[in-house]
Amino acid sequence: MTGEPVLQIDNLESYYGPIMAIRGVSLEVRKGQIVTVLGANGAGKTTLLRTISGVMNPAKGTILLNGEPIHGREPDAIVAMGMVHVPEGREIFPLMSVAENIAMGAYVRRDTSAVRRDEEMVYGYFPMLGERRGQQAGTLSGGQQQMLAIGRGLMAAPKIMLLDEPSLGLSPLLVEEIFAIIRRLNEEQGVTIVLVEQNARVALEVADYGYVMETGRIVMADTAHTLENSKDIQAFYLGVREETQRGQRRWKQRKTWR
Amino acid sequence: MLHCRQQCDGNHPVWGVGELDLLQLSISGLANGCVYGLIALGFVLIYKATEAVNFAQGDFMMFGAFITIWLANSYYLGINFWVAVSIAVLIMGMLGYLLDMIVLRRMFGQPQIAVVILTIALGFILRFLAGAIWAHEPQSLEFPLAGEKITLGGLVLGVEEVAVILVTFALCGLLYLFFSRSRLGMAMQAASQNQLAAYFMGVPVKRIQSLVWALGGMVAAVAGVLFASKGAIDPSTGLLGIKAFAAAVIGGFGSLPGALIGGIIIGLVEPFAAYGLPAGYSQIAPYLIMLLVLIFRPHGLFSQVQKKKV
Ligand SMILES: Nc1ncnc2c1ncn2[C@@H]1O[C@H](COP(=O)(O)OP(=O)(O)O)[C@@H](O)[C@H]1O
Ligand SMILES: [Mg+2]
Repeated sequence: MTGEPVLQIDNLESYYGPIMAIRGVSLEVRKGQIVTVLGANGAGKTTLLRTISGVMNPAKGTILLNGEPIHGREPDAIVAMGMVHVPEGREIFPLMSVAENIAMGAYVRRDTSAVRRDEEMVYGYFPMLGERRGQQAGTLSGGQQQMLAIGRGLMAAPKIMLLDEPSLGLSPLLVEEIFAIIRRLNEEQGVTIVLVEQNARVALEVADYGYVMETGRIVMADTAHTLENSKDIQAFYLGVREETQRGQRRWKQRKTWR
Repeated sequence: MLHCRQQCDGNHPVWGVGELDLLQLSISGLANGCVYGLIALGFVLIYKATEAVNFAQGDFMMFGAFITIWLANSYYLGINFWVAVSIAVLIMGMLGYLLDMIVLRRMFGQPQIAVVILTIALGFILRFLAGAIWAHEPQSLEFPLAGEKITLGGLVLGVEEVAVILVTFALCGLLYLFFSRSRLGMAMQAASQNQLAAYFMGVPVKRIQSLVWALGGMVAAVAGVLFASKGAIDPSTGLLGIKAFAAAVIGGFGSLPGALIGGIIIGLVEPFAAYGLPAGYSQIAPYLIMLLVLIFRPHGLFSQVQKKKV
């Protein structure tokens, strides 16, 4: 599963005014992979994605998309190059209908017939959206809005998709549903995925490779399998889960950590 | 049911003078209200897309009117009326676009009040320029159909007033189609509903915002042409932008139809207030309505308050 590198990030630094939020991050994503970036709230995950998708400009460092430097470019140029960012917190267009939101996803595309086909593909992955094409997006439930945000992102026909905490605030059942779709998108459509999560358990389940971020730095990087079995990860990110078969051990670890 | 206080010769539908007066007052109020509504539309358009309030919107209207007068009136350049209107609309559109691109974009990150002061200052500059170029006497636009009357069964309407109403509704229809059907219009909606998400979808938000300013300038120019077609305009007329601002607040300051309806409400109330209230009181009627709306429906009559689902 290791194709050529699609996204290469080297020594990236990003600021909010005087606050340094990303402190020299390097990472690599290969074609067809699902790479997850884990980290607690405030670690800098969202800032990292915003810098990659061009909404923020890095102070230092390089970002290569298919070998081409994209740091400092406008976000619309980057979307047109095949990388789309599905933001955290379901940033949909609340007063537009579901269908109009979906159509906005294809804003940078001109190939009308292919856009039509992709609309049907999106409604295929999310039948719930298809049933609600005319409904105002702001009236959808949280889970439906998250699906809309992902479906809208798909309409850009991305080769690589940046997903920011798709599980945030959703019930475990909905999280399972959305992650199953993410995996299918990766397998069936060949979309390379960068998945930012606080929910390490579900993220490591679908990911091939993972990075762990703390206060703006990458502190750990390994295959998802290794990370899942690493003592530190289990203690700090998986420890609070109690309902798996290995629950007993995790439970104990959570206690020693406290 | 029918009041026949004066002559009832049977040729006219039998309307009493009272009703005729009321109708005539309503029509001229409606025409005024359309102009207020179009200026209010400009306020809301720009506010929704850029979160800035253009307090020079009324002066944009005045300036657009004077450019048209200067181009079209026989004692100035005297070119074809429709060509003059098109040029004025284009010039005001460019003014809006360049203002955003050259000045406002650089003010990004400054407090909101800085933009407010800037647009107020811009209003002063436009008033000063118009006075310096075209003097302070009131002038009317030489409207090709001026002075013609339309008789609708006893009701005599100035063609100017009817034109103002028709053009306003046609323009609103066009804007509706533009926002709901065109790619650019959808992008403007997207940028005003969720700027960040619009960025993520590849909408060039900054350019879109400049284009919204251009649209605001163009709508103001049309409002100016309508205003100067049905009456005289002088450089300080732009101050009626304050009234249009009240109209926008009445409409909810976030809803385009609300802005138009707010303008029409003010336009309709004004002549009746002047008719029924002692002189001096009628001028405050628009602001009184605004206060009442703010007290009883703080988000305006047509607010689209959106709660974000968590
Ligand atoms: N708009 C902002 N202005 C200033 N600081 C911010 C802003 N957004 C985030 N930060 C700070 O940057 C750091 C990283 O935040 P973020 O990237 O949102 O983390 P995460 O997505 O991992 O929760 C945090 O310390 C946060 O307080
Ligand atoms: Mg975040």
